[in-house]
Amino acid sequence: MSAAETLVATGNKAHSHGPGSPVPLQARSERPTSYDVADFAVPNGREEEWRFTPVKQLKALFEDAAGTETPKVDASGPEGVVFETVAADSLKVGKPQDRSAAIAWTHAGEALAVRIPVEAELTEPVHVNVASLGGRGFSHLIVEAGRHSRAIVIIDHTGAGELSSNVEVVVGDGAELRVVSIQQADHESIHLAQHDALVGRDAKLHHVVVTLGGKIVRIGTNVRYAGPGGDAELLGVYFAEGGQHHENRLFVDHEATNCKSNVLYKGALAGDHARSVWIGDVLIRAAAEGTNTFELNRNLVLTDGARADSVPNLEIETGEIEGAGHASATGRFDDEQLFYLQARGIPEDAARRLVVSGFFNDIIGKIGVPEVTEHLHDVIEEKLARAAELSASAKAVVGQ
Amino acid sequence: MATLEIRDLHVSVDTENGPKEILRGVDLTIAAGQTHAIMGPNGSGKSTLAYSIAGHPKYNITSGTVTLDGEDVLDMAVDERARAGLFLAMQYPVEVPGVSVANFLRTAKTAIDGEAPKLRTWVKDVNKALSDLDMDPSFGQRNVNEGFSGGEKKRHEIVQLELLNPKIAILDETDSGLDIDALKIVSEGVNRFASQGDKGVLLITHYTRILRYIKPDFVHVFVDGRVAEEGGPELAEELEANGYERFLKAGAK
Repeated sequence: MSAAETLVATGNKAHSHGPGSPVPLQARSERPTSYDVADFAVPNGREEEWRFTPVKQLKALFEDAAGTETPKVDASGPEGVVFETVAADSLKVGKPQDRSAAIAWTHAGEALAVRIPVEAELTEPVHVNVASLGGRGFSHLIVEAGRHSRAIVIIDHTGAGELSSNVEVVVGDGAELRVVSIQQADHESIHLAQHDALVGRDAKLHHVVVTLGGKIVRIGTNVRYAGPGGDAELLGVYFAEGGQHHENRLFVDHEATNCKSNVLYKGALAGDHARSVWIGDVLIRAAAEGTNTFELNRNLVLTDGARADSVPNLEIETGEIEGAGHASATGRFDDEQLFYLQARGIPEDAARRLVVSGFFNDIIGKIGVPEVTEHLHDVIEEKLARAAELSASAKAVVGQ
Repeated sequence: MATLEIRDLHVSVDTENGPKEILRGVDLTIAAGQTHAIMGPNGSGKSTLAYSIAGHPKYNITSGTVTLDGEDVLDMAVDERARAGLFLAMQYPVEVPGVSVANFLRTAKTAIDGEAPKLRTWVKDVNKALSDLDMDPSFGQRNVNEGFSGGEKKRHEIVQLELLNPKIAILDETDSGLDIDALKIVSEGVNRFASQGDKGVLLITHYTRILRYIKPDFVHVFVDGRVAEEGGPELAEELEANGYERFLKAGAK
């Protein structure tokens, strides 16, 4: 973005990596994980991993009890894809990192496994729809891409209710898997999720989180590598409107050699109490020589009253790497861009749409699934139209 | 034939110490077929005049009128002014990340004309406008002004001028920061535009250099927010020889 970019809010006050930087209480790798709910106390909001989250509204999902509903899960895909119901702990690539994930693991009981056969090259995406039915429910999905396979799996979360879910992803050696998780439940819904991915030798994972709906949506995405040469591209798009909380927490754990990770998350915020949180943790362990990693988060604040927090963290335990970097910027909508476009005859609302679609343009280009990008484009347009109405009515009030 | 009339224009900006008046009664009439040069020292209000006519929200019009063919320009939104036939080539064109030049130009042309340009001729027109300004057609795929050099930004402004083809063009220090080759290329573009005959040009500049390539019919010397002296091209020659000294002394008394 332009030099006029202003910093609105970042979680770490000053950007310093030098001596005297505050030492985190706990290295990212030391944070406890467990399948046992009892190992996690009910969060009070002061914990590092919950401090940005409105935990008071999550009481129901912190309760260690069976769900009041079983979300409706529908799955379909091209010939060759195998769908089966398996025990929740049949794979254990994921391990719950917080109370809600442990509860979901325990009470989902079973998981839907989507298996892409070895060397299968799917021409059509696999679709999984998880629909909340108004109550409190849990879901558990496993996506396993066989060696040298190529596939796209779209997980669409819809409906209304309170959902806690686990998603485990295994990318076999030499496979290329694209997983798109869309969160678009209704306005009052809550969705907490943990995604764990294990990337095989010379495999490539594209993991895409698209959050468009829900009152509180909090997705933790953890990536590990099963062998050298793995490549993970982690993309996220979110657009929080008034009263919505969209939170994304990433942890890329580099332990194998010559692996790559590239994180790009972009979000827009419009409306009173629109809130986004992005935490990007990358750990390069001593053994992970030849690692190349970069993470970037950008937020575009369209109206007053919205707040974006962005905290990139990089822990490096070896100097023998190809590259490591991170960047974060939160900017207000640039009125000079608006003036420039309007001075060329483009009406204000169209000019705003052009600037916002420009902001998302690069990441939308990387998602690589036309049905997703077209839908995303439509929803962004709807949200911008609502934002324009908001600012128009705000102006009318000021003008009175 | 288009006429832009500015009458007793007073403009202020908000500062920490309250409003500050920058334009103190500007009178100017630019008719089709005329090229006017506004010259003046830094801080005399030249750019403020340009941005006020275009409608930048930073500038408050406290009194006076601006009309285009009798229509009240000051009552129009920024985009309405552009659609009415005004064009401002900016001194510091703005970057718009993620929006390609091709998309931007097509969107602007569609807005100005009220209908989308014919695809086949439009692509040709864009490529010709780019190559006339010595810009590679690949600029169409780049993001608006992003990573452009200072000279490329200025040439891109003139590409827009030629494609959008307004009634009145206001050029705000289009010559600043250009080397002599780029200055010639930009001037040729402005001259092509003006040579259509029914166009008005308001050329704002600090230096006389560009006036060797674009011949003004009228020269106005701007000092302290108003026109201090008016004349023909010979006034520019006098400024070339003597600078703004005598105007500044007069203003300082």
